This record gives sequence, structure tokens and C-alpha cells, in this order.
Amino acid sequence: MAEDFLLVILTFDATIRVSVPLILAALAGLVVERSGVIDIGLEGKMLAAAFGAATVAALTGSAWLGLLGGMGVSVLLALLHGFACITHRGNQIVSGVAINILASGLTVLLGISWFSMGGQTPPLTGHARFKSINLPGAEAVADVPVVGQLYSELLSGHNILVYLAFLTVPAVWWLIYRTRFGLRLRATGENPAAVDTAGISVIRMRYLALIICGILCGIAGSYLSTGHGAGFLREMTAGKGFIALAAMIFGKWRPVPVLLACLLFGFLDAIAIRMQGVELPLVGEMSVQFIQALPYILTVVLLAGFIGRAVAPKASGIPYVKEH
Amino acid sequence: MASAPAKLPAWVDIGLLPLINVALAFVVSGLLIAALGQDPFEATWIMLRGAFGYQESLGYTFYYTTNFVFTGLAVAVAFHAGLFNIGGEGQAYIGGLGVALAFLAFDQYLPFVLLLPICIVAAALFGAAWAYIPAYLQAKRGSHIVITTIMFNFIAASLMVYLLVNVLIQPGQMSPETREFAAAAWLPYMHEALGWFGWEVAESPLNLSIIWAAVCCVLVWGLIWHTRWGYEIRAVGANMSAAIYAGMPPARIIIVTMCISGGLSGFVAVNEIMGVHHRLLLDFAAGYGFTGIAVSLMGRNHPVGIVLAGLLFGALYQGGAELAFENSAFTPDLIVVIQGLVVLFSGALSYMLRGPAERIYMALAAPRAVEA
Amino acid sequence: MPVPGASASDPALELRGINKHFGPVHANRDVNLSVPAGTIHGIVGENGAGKSTLMSILYGFYQADSGKIEIAGRPTAIHSPEDALAAGIGMVHQHFMLVDNFTVLENILLGAEGGALLARGMASARAEVTRLEAEYGLEVDPDAEVGELAVGLRQRVELLKALYRGANILILDEPTGVLTPQEADRLFEILRSMRARGVTVILITHKLQEIMAITDNVSVMRAGEMVAHRETAQTTREELAELMVGRQVLLRVEKTPATPGAVVLKAEGLSYVDDAGVTRLDHVSFELKAGEIVGVAGVTGNGQSELLDVLSGIHSPDEGRLTVHERVIDHAHPCDPAEMRELNLAHVPEDRQRMGMVAPFAAWETAILGYHHDPAYTGPLLLKTNAIVDDTDGKMSRFDVRPPNPQLTSDSFSGGNQQKLVLAREIERQPDILLIGQPTRGVDIGAIEFIHQQLIEMRDGGCGVLLVSVELEEILSLSDRILVMFEGRIVGEVDGAAADARTIGLMMANALETDGEKTGQGAVV
Repeated sequence: MAEDFLLVILTFDATIRVSVPLILAALAGLVVERSGVIDIGLEGKMLAAAFGAATVAALTGSAWLGLLGGMGVSVLLALLHGFACITHRGNQIVSGVAINILASGLTVLLGISWFSMGGQTPPLTGHARFKSINLPGAEAVADVPVVGQLYSELLSGHNILVYLAFLTVPAVWWLIYRTRFGLRLRATGENPAAVDTAGISVIRMRYLALIICGILCGIAGSYLSTGHGAGFLREMTAGKGFIALAAMIFGKWRPVPVLLACLLFGFLDAIAIRMQGVELPLVGEMSVQFIQALPYILTVVLLAGFIGRAVAPKASGIPYVKEH
Repeated sequence: MASAPAKLPAWVDIGLLPLINVALAFVVSGLLIAALGQDPFEATWIMLRGAFGYQESLGYTFYYTTNFVFTGLAVAVAFHAGLFNIGGEGQAYIGGLGVALAFLAFDQYLPFVLLLPICIVAAALFGAAWAYIPAYLQAKRGSHIVITTIMFNFIAASLMVYLLVNVLIQPGQMSPETREFAAAAWLPYMHEALGWFGWEVAESPLNLSIIWAAVCCVLVWGLIWHTRWGYEIRAVGANMSAAIYAGMPPARIIIVTMCISGGLSGFVAVNEIMGVHHRLLLDFAAGYGFTGIAVSLMGRNHPVGIVLAGLLFGALYQGGAELAFENSAFTPDLIVVIQGLVVLFSGALSYMLRGPAERIYMALAAPRAVEA
Repeated sequence: MPVPGASASDPALELRGINKHFGPVHANRDVNLSVPAGTIHGIVGENGAGKSTLMSILYGFYQADSGKIEIAGRPTAIHSPEDALAAGIGMVHQHFMLVDNFTVLENILLGAEGGALLARGMASARAEVTRLEAEYGLEVDPDAEVGELAVGLRQRVELLKALYRGANILILDEPTGVLTPQEADRLFEILRSMRARGVTVILITHKLQEIMAITDNVSVMRAGEMVAHRETAQTTREELAELMVGRQVLLRVEKTPATPGAVVLKAEGLSYVDDAGVTRLDHVSFELKAGEIVGVAGVTGNGQSELLDVLSGIHSPDEGRLTVHERVIDHAHPCDPAEMRELNLAHVPEDRQRMGMVAPFAAWETAILGYHHDPAYTGPLLLKTNAIVDDTDGKMSRFDVRPPNPQLTSDSFSGGNQQKLVLAREIERQPDILLIGQPTRGVDIGAIEFIHQQLIEMRDGGCGVLLVSVELEEILSLSDRILVMFEGRIVGEVDGAAADARTIGLMMANALETDGEKTGQGAVV
């Protein structure tokens, strides 16, 4: 029994770890789509940030500088998206695809050119990585059944970016629902003409949203290479940006449901391997691949309108052109 | 767009500006190569030689081109109906499933002349089926087709892993692949086919599917510009209100067009599975679907442009591989970067030069108008 | 230009010599306007007279090419809505600028949040909005979601938005266009209470009875110019109608009296509700006979477009019955445009750019739009391109489309030539019924005459023509009978020969209180 409980806790612990990049990237997507810009380039920004963070961390030996580097790279790509889609009214999907392809190629090309390690960055050790933080008293209560285990195994022992990711949820919630910026942001995504007539620049709002998106994707990518992992691996985002996109839609562009969707998708990821060969009552053996595909299947079902309705911000995908 | 003050002549709009955009992508690529401490001109030379320099390399170039033509046509057909099909990747993958199932069922029993059409149809049907669901959801329930086709790419990937690992794997084999198909059922290689006529050429993966790609180009050209269905597809894509006014059924057109698009993507499997690998294996379609977007954008959604763009990307793939072989500073990833830059400049930034071009054109045209 | 001296107070707003061009169109020509503070000032004019352009310049959407704006006697540069708001100008747009999924309070706060955090601004805004609501009689629940509100209440939110920002000049663009008469009455009460508190109101409208009911002064625009300023108390509807329409000589087209034949199209109590739930057609009944032209007059947006859409099969009626020849169309038996064409009904749409043609298509492709299934144009597999091009060549020469090159893209032709091409497509097949909307919109004078001539010929050939136009003159010169639409209803029917612009104009504004109401009623089958 106690062992089962520990197994459950460990599964949830794994869920938290894999959910972190999803949460950050999904919130990034949420902010930018709330401003009326579609961004399918979350994956590329995350990947580029993972590379940027690992590179800077490897060169400076500081995870924090790595984080800054990761965010910087990601923000630059976000601004490129803005330059194409906002300034030049290019197609937002095409721009997102371009950013994904560019990130996929550049990270490996530069990695090989700079480090000659087949596209990886040098392994990160010491301060070049975000280390686990043991919450006070975690050791002491580790043997206390249930509560102690929960505290020491589940809550304690993550790196700072994990805690940061979970704090980002209320922060984004607060930002979009409780601040002037958030009010304007939401209005920009719904009815940019109303924002314009209220004397607010639609273009400025959308660029600001993209910068926030870049920062959050930057943290997500940095987490992958300097927190969760210990260096950059080629294609290390492995579709997480798209799962985040799915989670954003699944959470209907609202921070708390998005968090829950990310945890659900992270949980599916965490149990996929453990479920291999396990016979379940009623359904029999679940295939790993089915569980892995479940986030995408659920999102399609949601988009089809079979479980509630996912209504995107009204103006998303449409370049703003003044017309009166 | 709301503001169209100056109208550019067609040769600027569909000739010069796209060329400048592609050129910009290559200039930036060259700068990148220089930044890596390499000589961009030398790299270009190696790539050109690697892509076109000798028979084997030409074979490879055309072999890659074949895939890009299929996926480029797929994106283009959907584009004419105003749809963005970025699910070519998944549709090609599932098309492979169709080909493999047809082979596994019939390759022992049927002659090649029957197997060939069956496999082509199977590739098209399976690819189309994978496009049908997103298309239906877009047409009938308004689900954003870009998002659903992305999701379907991932679902296809999981499905294929499942099937190859659990169902289709050759018993007693470790790697998740089907058994090899009967050799009589293989699509002949080009070097074999030319050999029948006494023309000896170097071996390469190039096979007769390139002829099918050429046929598809003609068919797509005919469909889009010379049939009433193509007429309806273009009307729906360019002006939905006018299409409805003209009595066309938009939902049906959207669904049929996406199925055609999916079928074209599925033909990648004819080249890869029937022509080269002769078994179904993981990730055989990787990258071709996405590159199709770049090919279609660069080729301005026209078969002639798509062939040229497909050739360019085929040369980049093959030349890039050669470059990586000669100079370890380059990996095939350089090609991925160039591809990304092409999508960026030819696609996302395609309006960037329009404003300046219009101003220049006006400045040049205005005095002439006064004289006249 | 002399400015009325109705009020002793200083002008709240003065415009001097405003000019604005859009390409070749002179949308505002030397416009002068003076609005005394604390008054309600009406601006009337027909569609395209330049009223909206003028107000957009005042609100900073457009920059005038030349001219000066003075607010309360001070020259003021207005480059953006932000500048306008800062100068105390508020605007209620015809299409509301509201965020549907925001609450009333959030909408009011947008752009005037009073600090980086919403909480404090929200609290003081709530107090201020409550005060404003009480002061001006603008009751609306501050916590209601705007998308859920009725149109009249949404408009109050727009008014509150302007007042909350401290606007002392308020522009309303066609504010009653979307309101019921009761809601409109409430609005007028509110506007009066605003005036009483010193707010200057500028009311842009088509509706003369509103001008008479509520304004202190009125300015009339026609063809981009300000043609008259009047004190409302000293003018009449009749005078204003004349000023609006102008004393231009009517281009009467030569035509013989009609000899109507059998009924070819019959509408019985047709109603249509759009996707937003607004009733666009309200129990419309009429008959169209072979060999007559029936004109449909009305101010834009009173259901004429939807009437064409329903009659042509683009939308199905929600209620009522439409009979075309023998075919009966109702909610349970819908029809589509393709079937309507088979019933020999042709449709020249109001907006040819949006509906009548496909801009990137070659002229020969646009010339078969809707008829592309015709065996003359398509074989079992391929389009008969050569045949279509030849056919288009013929159409182009018969209808004098210039340049007569079927290979040019449709959008490279001028408006008049595009229209002639669409017209050729629709009428050369000798339809029994022709629906035609705005036949001469954006068309040059020479082509207008040609198009009018074609319509008369169609009629004389036995075609039943339904003509929808916002150009009253066109309706008057072509129609054998005239139907007048207002708010989705047919509010009057006039014999073509006996009609005059003033009567129709008043009917269009639903200002004719004689028996206009009677005709509007009783259409329910």
C-alpha cells in the first residue's frame, strides 16, 4: 500500500516535471493569442531558447545567464514573428512555420559549428544548471506517511524554474484579468477597432504580447536544457510546443483551465511509459502511442465542438487594418 | 487588402518580387555561412556540383524533387481553395500505410501491372482519408484546419508507431518495420528502366514515381485551370461570397479539395515505399510535408513553379548532403535553415517589398504618364 | 459661408475649409461648419454625401487634406482618436466599438482605466458610471456582458463611454438606424438631458423626422459639400428633402408605359432573421409581373440587400413563401442560387466586387460565374476555354466593355466596365426575372445611360425586373412601380408615373404619416 502510494507520488512528481514547459509555453500562446496573433511557432521559440540557454550557460557557467540568453533568443524570434505578421501583415501561420523550421535547423547547425558535438552543447554541471531546491524540513518529514511523502517527494526537490512556472499561472491570470494591460490585451484580440477608437495602439499591444510570449517560451526552453536536462539535445522540444498549443486550446485561452490541461497532458506523458504492458480493468492494455496521441485527439474532439466549444479570440489571425 | 493605391504589372508581382524574396533568403543564408567562418561561394559551388555534377547526384536530386513535387502540389491545391493544409506530413505517412497494406495483401498474388494502380490508389485513398476529417470539421463545424491538421500529424505519428511496433512488424524482427515486399512488386529504379533501353546510368534511388509526379503536375494544372471543379475551387478560395452567389456548395468543395490535397501528399509513399524502401518503416515521410509548404509558396502555387522550386529543394537536399560530406562544418541542417529562410522571405514577408516596389513603380511610371 | 446664429453662446466646434480626397473622389469640398455649444446639431445628406468622412476627420481616423478645426475657439490638431478624446470629442459609431465578451464596466474603462491596476479604476468608475446613469437616465447594468445586451442598451454603453471620458462634444453616426422607435424615443430624451447639462451633440442621420424632432440647427450635405445651414425651427422637412436631393434635372429615360403580363415572382410574408438574430426582412409581400420594372427604394440597410439575397436563393426565408414560376420556396423547401438560375432568374448583385465577380479571375472566367455548368462552357471534363473566350469577346463588344480583352483580370477593369460585364453575363441569357441591385454604383455617366437602356429593353422583352437602388433618381426614372422599404418592411407602394422624389424621400425616412403605415401593415399571410 505504502509502495503504491509512493508510486502514485512519483508519477505526479514526473507529471510536474514534464508539465513545466507545457505550462510556460501554453501561457505564452495564451497571451499572444489573446492579443489576436496566432502563434504556431511556440515549438521553435522553445527549441531556440533551449539552445540559447545551454550555450550561454556552458560558456559562462551560470544557469541564470543562460536563462537570460534563452529568453533573449526567444524574444528575438517573437519579434521576427511580429515584424512579419504585424508590421508587414504577413500570414501568421506561414511565419510560425518559418520560425519552427529556422529554429530546428539553426540550433543544430550552430551547435555543431560551435561545439562540434553532433548538435549537442557541452554537458552542464554545477552552477550552469538549475539545481533542485529542497524545501525546509523536507528531509526530516520524508518518512512521515502521506503528508511527509507528499511534501518531500512532490512539493520539494524541484528546481526554481518549476516553482516559477507554477507561479506564472496566477501571475498571467492577474495580468490579463486585473491590470490595465490585460484589459487592453483582451480587447485587442476581440475587437481591435474598439481598442483603436479608444485611442490605444493595436500594433503596440500586439508587439508587447509577443515580447511576453517570447519571455515565457524562453523560460520554457531554458528549463528543458538547463533545469530538466543538462545540456541541449537536437530537437529536444520534441513537439512540446504543439502539445502546449493544444493545451492552450483545450483550456479555452484561460490560465487556470490551461494549467489543468497542461497537467493532464503532462500526466498522460508521465504514465505513458509506466502503462506499457499494464492490464487495466475494462479497457485492457493501453498502448503507449494511444496515450501519447491522446492530447491531440482530445483537442481535435474539442475543436469539433463535441465537448463544449473552444472559441478563439475573435480577431485572432487577422491583421489589423484601419477601415472607416 | 484595403489599400491598393498602385497596381503593379504582373511581371513584377509574380515574377520579380518572388525572385527578389528568394534571393534575399539566399543572401541571408550566404551571410550565415560566412558567419560560420566558411566561404559561401565555395559552399555554393560544392552544392551545385554535388547536386548536378554527376549521374548519381542527379538521380538523388530528382529523387528528392519527386517528393517535393507531391507535397508542393498538395499544399498548392488546398491553397487555391483558401485552405492551409499543413498536414501533408501526416497524410504522406498514412499514405505509406495504404501502400504497405496493399502490398502485404496482394504482392504474392497479383502481377505488377495490377499492383501498381492498386498501390497508387491506396496511397491516394489513405492520404485523402487523413485529410478528410480535418476538412469535414472545417467545412461543417468551423474547426480551424491549421490546428486540426497539425494535430493529425502527431496522431498519424503515434498511430504508425503503434501499428509498426505491435501489428505490422515482421515477426522475429527487432526494428519496427514490415517485411520486405516481393521484389516483383517494386517500382523499377530509373537506372533499371533506362537499362532496358540500353542506356547505362549510375545507380540512385530515383525511380519511376518521378513520371507519376510529372503526370500529377499536368493533372493538377488541368484540374485547377481547365475544369469547372478547379474553377469552383479557385472561386471558393478567392471569394467565398461570389462562390455562394454562383451557386457553388462551399462545404463540399472544401472537403473534396482537401481530399485531393491529402491524396497528393500520400503519393510520397509511392516514391519512398514502393520505389525505394520496399517496406514500411518509421518516419519515412519526415520533413517532406513541411518542405512542401516552402515549395508551394516559392512556386506560387503553380505546377511549373512547384517543379522549379521542387528542383531547387531537391538540389539543396542532395547538394547539402554532399556539402556535409566534404566539409564537416556543414550538416544537412544548413538546408533546413535555408528552407526556413525561404518560407520566411517568400511566405511570411512576401508583402514586405510590395510597398517599396509600388512606390518605385509609381515614381518611374508617373513621369511617363505625364509625358503621354 | 454664413453660419446660423441660433445660440448666443460661442461655438463648441468650428470647421473651416475642410477638404478630403480619396483618389479621384472629392469626398469633402471646402466644408465649413459651426456648432454652438450646448446645442443638438443635425447633419443630413444622402448616402455618399460626405457626412461620415467629415466626422472621421473630426475623430482623427482621417487627416484632412486642408482645413482647420477649432474646438472651443482654440485651433486643434487631431491626428488620432487619442487626440480627439483629449479634445473632449466622443463618438458613437454606427457599428458599435464594443468588446462583446466584456462587461459594461470593462468596456467603459477601456482606454480610461485610471491606473495600471484595474481594481481602483474599476471602483471609481463604478461610482462615476452610477452617477452618470442617474444623471442622464442611462440605466444599464454595469456588470452585464455587452454581447448579451439589446442593441439599444449597447448604444447606452457607447454613450456612457463617451461621457465617462468627459466628452463635451458627442458625435452620433446614424444612431437610430438599429433602434426600435421606442428605443429611439428614449435616446432622444437622453440627448436632451445631455444638452441640458451643456454637452454639444452632433447627430448624423438620414431621417428628417429625427432632425425636426430633436435638433436645434441642421446642416445639409450633398456630394461632398455643405449646401445649407438652417435653424430647425425655421425649416421644414420638405425644404430639407429638397436640399438633400438637390434640384438636379432628372435623367428621365425614354420609355413607353409598361404592359405587365403574368406574375413571375410572388413574395408572401417573407421574413428573414440574420445570424446575429436581427430581423432583416419583416413579412415582405409583393408581386413581380412579366414586362415591368419594380423599383425598391430605401435608405441603405433597411432590408433591401437581404431581400435580394432571399429572392436569389443565397438565404432561405425563415417565414413566408416565395413563388418563382411554379416553384414554391419556404423555410422547409429552401432553394440555392444554382436552382434559381435554372428557374431562369438572373441576379446582378449590389456589390459586384464582393459577389458579382472574383477579382483575380480573368474576365472570361468572371463572365461565366454561376453558369459554369452550362454545356456551352464545359464539356464532361474540361472547360471549353476557347468557346468561353469567344463568347466573352462577343459580350464585351456588344456591351462595349473596355478594354475588350477577355484575358485581363476582372479587377483591372473600371467599375463601369466591370458592371457591364456582369450585366452582359446576367441578361444575355434572356432571363424571365432579373434582380438587380445598385446597377450604376461607381459607374460613369456614359455607362449609366447604357445600363438604363438595357434594363428598359429587358422589360420590353417581357422580363420582370426588380430594381434595388439607393439612387432615388434612378428608381424614379426607371420604375413602373415603386416599393419603399423601411426597417425590413415595405412601407409604401407608389405608381412610377405618379411618384415624386419628395414623397418617396419622406417614405424612406418613414416620415410620411398619411397612409404609409397602412401600406406597411397587413402583409402577413
